Amino acid sequence: MVRFGWLARLVVIAACFVTTLASAAGAGDEQMDEAFIDPDNIPSLQRGAKNFINYCSGCHSAQYVRYNTIGKHLQLSEEQLVNNLMFNAVKTFETMRAAMPAADAERWFGTAPPDMSLIARAKGADHIYNFLKGFYIDPDSPTGVDNRVLAGTSMPHVLWELQGYQKAVYSEITDEHGTTYHFDGFEEVTAGMMNADEYDDFVRDTVNFLAYIAEPIRSDRRRLGKWVLIYLFVFLILAWMLKNQVWKDVK
Amino acid sequence: MSRIEAEVGKPQGGIMQWIDERFPWTETMKYHITEYYASKNFNFWYVFGVLAMLVLVIQLVTGIFLTMNYKPSALEAFASVEYIMRDVEWGWLIRYMHSTGASFFFIVVYLHMFRAMLYGSYKKPRELVWLIGMVIFFVLMAEAFAGYLLPWGQMSYWGAQVIISLFGAIPGIGEAIVELIRGDYSISDITLNRFFALHVVVLPLALISLVLVHIVALHQVGSLNPDGIEIKEQKGPDGIPLDGIAFHPYYTTKDLVAIIIFMMAFSGVMFFAPDMGGYFLEHANYEPANLTATPEHISPVWYFTPFYAILRAVPDKLWGATMMAVAVILPVFLPWLDRSRVKSIRYRGWIYKFALTCFAISFVVLGWLGTKPPDTLYTIAARIFSAVYFAFFLLMPYYTTIDKTKPVPDRVVYHG
Repeated sequence: MVRFGWLARLVVIAACFVTTLASAAGAGDEQMDEAFIDPDNIPSLQRGAKNFINYCSGCHSAQYVRYNTIGKHLQLSEEQLVNNLMFNAVKTFETMRAAMPAADAERWFGTAPPDMSLIARAKGADHIYNFLKGFYIDPDSPTGVDNRVLAGTSMPHVLWELQGYQKAVYSEITDEHGTTYHFDGFEEVTAGMMNADEYDDFVRDTVNFLAYIAEPIRSDRRRLGKWVLIYLFVFLILAWMLKNQVWKDVK
Repeated sequence: MSRIEAEVGKPQGGIMQWIDERFPWTETMKYHITEYYASKNFNFWYVFGVLAMLVLVIQLVTGIFLTMNYKPSALEAFASVEYIMRDVEWGWLIRYMHSTGASFFFIVVYLHMFRAMLYGSYKKPRELVWLIGMVIFFVLMAEAFAGYLLPWGQMSYWGAQVIISLFGAIPGIGEAIVELIRGDYSISDITLNRFFALHVVVLPLALISLVLVHIVALHQVGSLNPDGIEIKEQKGPDGIPLDGIAFHPYYTTKDLVAIIIFMMAFSGVMFFAPDMGGYFLEHANYEPANLTATPEHISPVWYFTPFYAILRAVPDKLWGATMMAVAVILPVFLPWLDRSRVKSIRYRGWIYKFALTCFAISFVVLGWLGTKPPDTLYTIAARIFSAVYFAFFLLMPYYTTIDKTKPVPDRVVYHG
């Protein structure tokens, strides 16, 4: 029934070629470590929710996210929600507000801390993961730190107690074009409460939670999608048989 | 076939007769469906017309449900979309269906148009079918553009800013036109409101009407086929084209197979990759429109990027906008640019095959370049492929004349 002409084949090949080029180009933009989050890992999401409430929600809101939605997806009882997460809220249907008023925040930091509801979809999980691991000492900055991912950020290193402080190490490369600096990595200056692996897990859980609140129905749509495809496949077989039956007499 | 035809043709009484005396129901059904004869050798490329209609229906139905919860106000639009995504029952499914549908609309329409170029569907006597189709394409572009502003994200706002400002390049009246479109001195709540009106009332009405006219015009002349042969020239004693089969039940059942395969591809995207890596839903659009912060890289959604790449390939704003408009409009003239004696690519010479291949590649590559930042190397590439794009159309009267064609058979090729 379906015969691909040589042109059809060519167009498909051209399309594949361009998609590959596009994805290759997109991947190589910045040197970012992959976050390796696992959206199906409920304990990780629960830890991430706790981290978010304890360390982020003082300044950052998640104004589209309701506590009861989190409770449902993260398998938390109403009691657990109220006792562990809802420090800024009374009712479980409320959304996650920041403790700090936005107007004050703008006066103190120069810019209000962004809402976190969609940050993972806007910036990507890898971006936040690298951002939270990318603070380094910069004596010229009013907060004492700068960030590898977002240079000149007005966010202080909120997690310094956990990670400690690190400095950025550059190597000097001098050639005929002059001197350039190449970023080699971070070096610990003062230790925090966590070692490097523990901090890595802490950030990963938090990023996992941010990715979850950016699209809470992600697991719903994937689960439903499988059934829809199975249904359509069965429907396809029946439609195919019907078509063959009707077309029997076409010579 | 004979049994079904006998049922339609038999004398009627009762309710059907009562209706038929007052409205040509049976006659219309016969003319457009049960006794509309299409060539039996339709291939893969002939499903996209039906699929485009399917997507139109998907967009209309999901669109109606979206308007029940969407708020066309600069203060509330972004939040109302998130409300639909998070709090409205099945809102996420309706919204993803609509956003995925927008991209799939252009996929099927581009393939539908390419089919016409493969088999010469626009050639005499189908010029009007092609012209109406091109008007549908223009309305669809306007519809997509207006719809993209509605979520009021960063890319909604700045994308609209860039495209609307292009009209400002028109000498003398440019700024006045820009103000007329925006209804304000910048893109604002007023712009959002009128784009909403255009997107949900004016343009869909135009689309539906034009699609009906497109089909009526097509059925007047009859569908062509991959061989580019007029099947009406070879009729049997019963007056039915020898190579023709009734649209129903033959093509309704065959199209159903295509529709299900299409729905599987659609569902694959909608359920498992609704962002499509930032091509269907751009990442920057998850930030609300911010009038004071321009995104570092503004690019329209993928279906506009071939034309956007042509715009950027020209260093001058007015000329760039002109070239872009010309690139969009040029296909209108295909029925008169193409001087070949044969319609289908199957019986054309190597020159047209080569030209069409170059065109297809340049269109896809321009589309890719339009998503990239305007780098020097990319700009050079965009200029080369823009030249190929224009050359395909402008040199067509010449190369289709000298191209050696093969003899066209009397009957369509069908392997059963």
